[in-house]
Amino acid sequence: MSQQGYVATPPYSQSQPGIGLSPPHYGHYGDPSHAGSPPGMMKPAGPLGAAAPGGMLPQGPSPPGPHQFGQNGAHAQGHPPQRFPGPPPVNSAAPSYAPYSPSTQSSYPSPASTASVTQLASQLNAMHINSYGTGMAPPGQGPPGPPSAPLFQGLPRPPQPSIMQPGSQVLPPPPTALNGPGASPLPPSTHRQDGLPGPAPLNAQYQPPPLPGQTLGTGYSPQQAASYGPQMAGGQLSYPGGFPGGPAQMAGPPQLQKKLDPDSIPSPIQVIENDRATRGGQVYATNSRGQVPPLVTTDCVIQDQGNASPRYIRCTTYCFPCTSDMAKQAQIPLAAVIKPFATIPSNETPLYLVNHGENGPVRCNRCKAYMCPFMQFIEGGRRYQCGFCNCVNDVPPFYFQHLDHIGRRLDHYEKPELSLGSYEYVATLDYCRKNKPPNPPAFIFMIDVSYSNIKNGLVKLICEELKTVLEKLPKEEQEETSAIRVGFITYNKVLHFFNVKSNLAQPQMMVVTDVGEVFVPLLDGFLVNYQESQSVIHNLLDQIPEMFADSNENETVFAPVIQAGMEALKAADCPGKLFIFHSSLPTAEAPGKLKNRDDKKLINTDKEKILFQPQTNVYDALAKDCVAHGCCVTLFLFPSQYVDVASLGLVPQLTGGTLYKYNNFQMHMDSQQFLNDLRNDIEKKIGFDAIMRIRTSTGFRATDFFGGIFMNNTTDVEMAAIDCDKAVTVEFKHDDKLAEDSGALIQCAVLYTTIGGQRRLRIHNLSLNCSSQLADLYKSCETDALINFFAKSAFKAVLHQPLKVIREILVNQTAHMLACYRKNCASPSAASQLILPDSMKVLPVYMNCLLKNCVLLSRPEISTDERAYQRQLVMTMGVADSQLFFYPQLLPIHTLDVKSTALPTAIRCSESRLSEEGIFLLANGLNMFLWLGVSSPPELIQGIFNVPSFAHINTDMTTLPEVGNPYSQTLRMIMSIIQQKRPYSMKLTIVKQREQPEMVFRQFLVEDKGLYGGSSYVDFLCCVHKEICQLLN
Amino acid sequence: MATYLEFIQQNEERDGVRFSWNVWPSSRLEATRMVVPLACLLTPLKERPDLPPVQYEPVLCSRTTCKAILNPLCQVDYRAKLWACNFCFQRNQFPPAYTGISEVNQPAELMPQFSTIEYVIQRGAQSPLIFLYVVDTCLEEDDLQALKESLQMSLSLLPPDALVGLITFGRMVQVHELSCEGISKSYVFRGTKDLTAKQIQDMLGLTKPAMPMQQARPGQPHEQPFVSSRFLQPVHKIDMNLTDLLGELQRDPWPVTQGKRPLRSTGVALSIAVGLLEGTFPNTGARIMLFTGGPPTQGPGMVVGDELKVPIRSWHDIEKDNARFMKKATKHYEMLANRTATNGHCIDIYACALDQTGLLEMKCCANLTGGHMVMGDSFNTSLFKQTFQRIFSKDFNGDFRMAFGATLEVKTSRELKVAGAIGPCVSLNVKGPCVSENELGVGGTSQWKICGLDPTSTLGIYFEVVNQHNAPVPQGGRGAIQFVTQYQHSSTQRRIRVTTIARNWADAQSQLRHIEAAFDQEAAAVLMARLGVFRAESEEGPDVLRWLDRQLIRLCQKFGQYNKEDPTSFRLSDSFSLYPQFMFHLRRSPFLQVFNNSPDESSYYRHHFARQDLTQSLIMIQPILYSYSFHGPPE
Repeated sequence: MSQQGYVATPPYSQSQPGIGLSPPHYGHYGDPSHAGSPPGMMKPAGPLGAAAPGGMLPQGPSPPGPHQFGQNGAHAQGHPPQRFPGPPPVNSAAPSYAPYSPSTQSSYPSPASTASVTQLASQLNAMHINSYGTGMAPPGQGPPGPPSAPLFQGLPRPPQPSIMQPGSQVLPPPPTALNGPGASPLPPSTHRQDGLPGPAPLNAQYQPPPLPGQTLGTGYSPQQAASYGPQMAGGQLSYPGGFPGGPAQMAGPPQLQKKLDPDSIPSPIQVIENDRATRGGQVYATNSRGQVPPLVTTDCVIQDQGNASPRYIRCTTYCFPCTSDMAKQAQIPLAAVIKPFATIPSNETPLYLVNHGENGPVRCNRCKAYMCPFMQFIEGGRRYQCGFCNCVNDVPPFYFQHLDHIGRRLDHYEKPELSLGSYEYVATLDYCRKNKPPNPPAFIFMIDVSYSNIKNGLVKLICEELKTVLEKLPKEEQEETSAIRVGFITYNKVLHFFNVKSNLAQPQMMVVTDVGEVFVPLLDGFLVNYQESQSVIHNLLDQIPEMFADSNENETVFAPVIQAGMEALKAADCPGKLFIFHSSLPTAEAPGKLKNRDDKKLINTDKEKILFQPQTNVYDALAKDCVAHGCCVTLFLFPSQYVDVASLGLVPQLTGGTLYKYNNFQMHMDSQQFLNDLRNDIEKKIGFDAIMRIRTSTGFRATDFFGGIFMNNTTDVEMAAIDCDKAVTVEFKHDDKLAEDSGALIQCAVLYTTIGGQRRLRIHNLSLNCSSQLADLYKSCETDALINFFAKSAFKAVLHQPLKVIREILVNQTAHMLACYRKNCASPSAASQLILPDSMKVLPVYMNCLLKNCVLLSRPEISTDERAYQRQLVMTMGVADSQLFFYPQLLPIHTLDVKSTALPTAIRCSESRLSEEGIFLLANGLNMFLWLGVSSPPELIQGIFNVPSFAHINTDMTTLPEVGNPYSQTLRMIMSIIQQKRPYSMKLTIVKQREQPEMVFRQFLVEDKGLYGGSSYVDFLCCVHKEICQLLN
Repeated sequence: MATYLEFIQQNEERDGVRFSWNVWPSSRLEATRMVVPLACLLTPLKERPDLPPVQYEPVLCSRTTCKAILNPLCQVDYRAKLWACNFCFQRNQFPPAYTGISEVNQPAELMPQFSTIEYVIQRGAQSPLIFLYVVDTCLEEDDLQALKESLQMSLSLLPPDALVGLITFGRMVQVHELSCEGISKSYVFRGTKDLTAKQIQDMLGLTKPAMPMQQARPGQPHEQPFVSSRFLQPVHKIDMNLTDLLGELQRDPWPVTQGKRPLRSTGVALSIAVGLLEGTFPNTGARIMLFTGGPPTQGPGMVVGDELKVPIRSWHDIEKDNARFMKKATKHYEMLANRTATNGHCIDIYACALDQTGLLEMKCCANLTGGHMVMGDSFNTSLFKQTFQRIFSKDFNGDFRMAFGATLEVKTSRELKVAGAIGPCVSLNVKGPCVSENELGVGGTSQWKICGLDPTSTLGIYFEVVNQHNAPVPQGGRGAIQFVTQYQHSSTQRRIRVTTIARNWADAQSQLRHIEAAFDQEAAAVLMARLGVFRAESEEGPDVLRWLDRQLIRLCQKFGQYNKEDPTSFRLSDSFSLYPQFMFHLRRSPFLQVFNNSPDESSYYRHHFARQDLTQSLIMIQPILYSYSFHGPPE
């Protein structure tokens, strides 16, 4: 549903008519009103100022500004220089932005809550906002922009314009920031430009009336002129009205003449680096409500002081709006990305385990929330008030403790559940199935032994690997050996179970041919302790490849395989995980039989969604059964052609398993990647047979869930298993007002079975702020989490709606969020300025990356399986993974300092950042590319590849040779660091500049125009800006 | 002339035939008045150490509806080299091989002492014997151990080239593949699912694999008979392997909770065994040997639920129509038995348990296919062990005392028709001129299939005299009957045994004494008992008894001498004197009385009664009480 919200809202589409995109409101959120309201405020120039004006648009930053903003500052610093190059120069001097001419200024000025607001100058960079700023903002602004801000509007625009490729550029010229920082706010006119990529937007608005106010007008005139010229002038005036024209106009006319300078637009790298610089390496204590954690890309030590570590929970915003009206107005999704089993670095404290013996966890009588720091003890410690439902409960006698002078229990620091955000409880029998303690889980390995797998050596590879990897089954820390039992099944169109009981001299094979109604042929001896049965298992693994060496069976079944595994676990009465190694479309006569239904003709039609839906409902039902019995399915796919990932992957997805896909698997190229994945998957931390429940304080509730989960009702999130890499994204909605003083509390409780067979509860608590000021909301947003949410929401919607609609909704919502900010939080500035809140500075670029993802691109060149695969991966990604996935990391290798162990600073993903003399490493979590410029330094080539020249490099390799050379060592170390925290092993591809494979590589240069469509960052920014302008009108 | 007793004995020794009447009443009317029908007990493969089989094929009457075999009763014209069929009077030319024939140079089949003769057919491929063990694993540990040992021992008794197969069952059914080296491999079936023969064959890969292999290697001659080699292997090749496999057999590993019976899928196991042989070796001698230690408790053919508190059906339940699984199960096993019989295979049941095992429902498997039925308390008893060993006993030639896939054909002269047979056989539904419209036992056919038989297997065959009263048989006329039994000898040869007999006709009015004197009361008692038992299978007990009583009364009326109102005056001639006594014992025998017997026991007794030869049958009717002493032989 939510999807619909985000996505489909009808409104959008309707509204669009006129323009194309942006209707004024979005569905829900859309605030109708906003239109009316004057455009945003601008931020003072000051702050923004820093940023300089957008490329074109330029503006000058406010003089003072720049620095001030501390953080912003950061930007500022960075930016100014880079970003706004060109045109603006002029302004530069000027206050920060000289926005474009401002047209309607009037409006701006007004509301603007200047203060806090940040505006993004359009200029880009200006963006920032001070919001959090650590204080900066305020100050900064204050001074500079004192009064209502100047209009920065301009700023924003500028960029756009520039960006916009097409035509309108408009702004550039004129703009300039006006605001002088302190400049008077005034000048009304702003321009917007639109940057829509497409069409020419209108520039009309801008009229050149440059804004006066700004101190720096300098820039303006010229620019403006230019731009405006074409466009209309008058617009501004009318501000509100003025724009109106806008849309229309946009279409037309003006084009941009100058390109927006890419350096002048917000850079994700800059944002990441700034955060790293200010917060990296520090201790982040989770002691206060609503504090925004460091970015996922920043390394720091997290100390649990009452709220769950951001490694476990990240929110789209750490300050919830007090009312649903506000939420609708801002359209910022309220969501949390929860990774309950996230891996914690060794220098952070692992979770404490609380054991209340037979009493079990202390819970609120009414809402059943677990004891946590949010419970308020009263009456001398005899009672406590639940922070979630406000119910007053008696403290159970065994749990009683006196309170100290500040009303805190004397044992506050002794009990993890009173002082920590995350901890575990030992569950009592009441929390177990059938009130019996669970059996330890089992792993079942199910190998497709059809002809192709035998022939390409895969079966042999798997069997060999299992012998070593089984030594490393996960175990409880205090245990010597793993409690996990293992079982083996091979299959083609029939299933072969193996009895590997330790007292047998030889394994026994039992063939089940009744695939229509699979059952488990044996009980004793199928699931065994690896240590005890080691010799029999080795014997079996040795024999499997030979046993089927003469098989020429090509057909396989699939659903019966899962069914068999599930039945085996059911019979053994334990949860567990199936590892299925499969390679082809299951065409044999059996339930779940699939046909090749890949139809490129469906692409770009309303029926395209069918390609993402499973072919039959067999898999749905199967997944339900699996979840009910705690059977998690992990699938390793080795397709050489279409295998219908959308159908095959359904069970793995719904059961919390992982899908791995190796296209055209070739032993010498891909085995390393596969083996690494297999090892990781077997060894990783995992909880079985889990149920997650999200409890919230009154006023809001969890309404929608995304991830590797199964839901039988609206509240219990069931997961056959959940491992350390899986995240569940939860969306919240208001059902009442929230109070600023009590904040918004979230408790995520996961009941699960450990790998040792213990039933436990893992509790994560998080408190968020509430505010009735939109500005607070914008200040506390986290773009990475937003993108995670948008991606999952959109990818879920893919099943039900045409992609075109989804894309439009994403664009609209982006514009809406930004427009709302502009209107309600930013200080006034020229309408043409694009103003981005500091916390969302990189939202457009990330959103563009999401839009360019192959799932959302309707292009026949992209294989349907690949799209389904990526769709599925994203659905369970945590914030860090989705961030890297959508905006890959691109590292210059040629400038490497071999003496340092730190990763080199990343650069932006754009071809223009590459150089012929350089070597670059790109990683997105699935793939890794080593790009070699044609003029790469020979010593580097020698160092890395141990070959004399570029021409000698063999691009077939998937691992780098181990050369005893600092370059090689450092590069391999970098690669392993990048790989380390990622759930999927990345396949390395060596790409030489100007050779065919470079095409593939280029798809990952996400700031550029995509090969298969998808606009460049600059274009998209213009587009969004145009949308915003329309909204503001 | 010798007495009739000697005559009867002689005939039995030579031909394995005992007739109720040895002089036949010459008209239908008179025959019906004789009360005891004209019938015989035939032991088709009676051991004849003195009768070496001839190594050529029989000469047949050329009339297509007759095809009787040349026999000593035929009239032969040695000069014209012609012979006249004594059944249809067709004149036939001798085949070329008989050109040297003359009064002094007669082929064996024309000599009177060869009224029974055995031919060996040389044509056709010989296929090895097949033994398919179907083993219940829901046994107590020591029982299973004993059974495993018996089975392992049996491997040494089998002919080395015989094919063996192994199916084990409990909650699941496992068909063991015997050819594989290294890993032992088995195909597993769910014990609750009724599968068609086609499904079973598909699942075992018996149908498909042949094709791809042929495609893959077109050059090679296809080894058709060995498609199934995975499951049925020559003993000499895999006896080590199979011995190990048997040794490793474990009790059914599925947990049985307190108060429950183990889940035993006998019905599916049998169905798979039947399907396996059906798909691989139809019309070849094969034994399915079912070893079970309890009743089928699940799936098709289940006889009782797994709740121990619900006991297995008793006669009481059956009378009250309270045996809820009986009908369905019986139907299942009947269907299997008929399929098995069609394929010429037989099913043995070795049921060892303290409680009933469902023999009532499964009896048809053994009854219709000529298999053995053994009931014991435990596999760990000498009763079972020795019985099982005797199955593989050998005759004076070193051949197994078992034959397979036999068809018995009965030809009669015109005055007679065949009304039916009672014994371990099924009808082949061959209508012909000598088939009576009245059925006694399994009738309506002149041919029966006996899938498994041994030298003592005996059928009761019933005839009807059809000669009309007004068309008297000429004086001195004889009626003839020819029994033709084609079968697969345990040496895998196809053989045909032909017995041709003739008896005098007599007019019952004028020559009643002759007829009376030629009455064989022992044979008559057994033949009547078979009829009674046959009826008891389908009728209520008291009805059968009433019927028997009435028959006895009528017989006494007819042949007894008495004065009205004077019981003491009643006399029966010597040839009838024992008959009432036999009937007395029969009435109270377990074959007709179910009191104090479980349904399984009744089925077991009846099974045996319907196949034993005359001597055994008589003992079963009227047990002999021997007295032993240290001073002399048993009396």
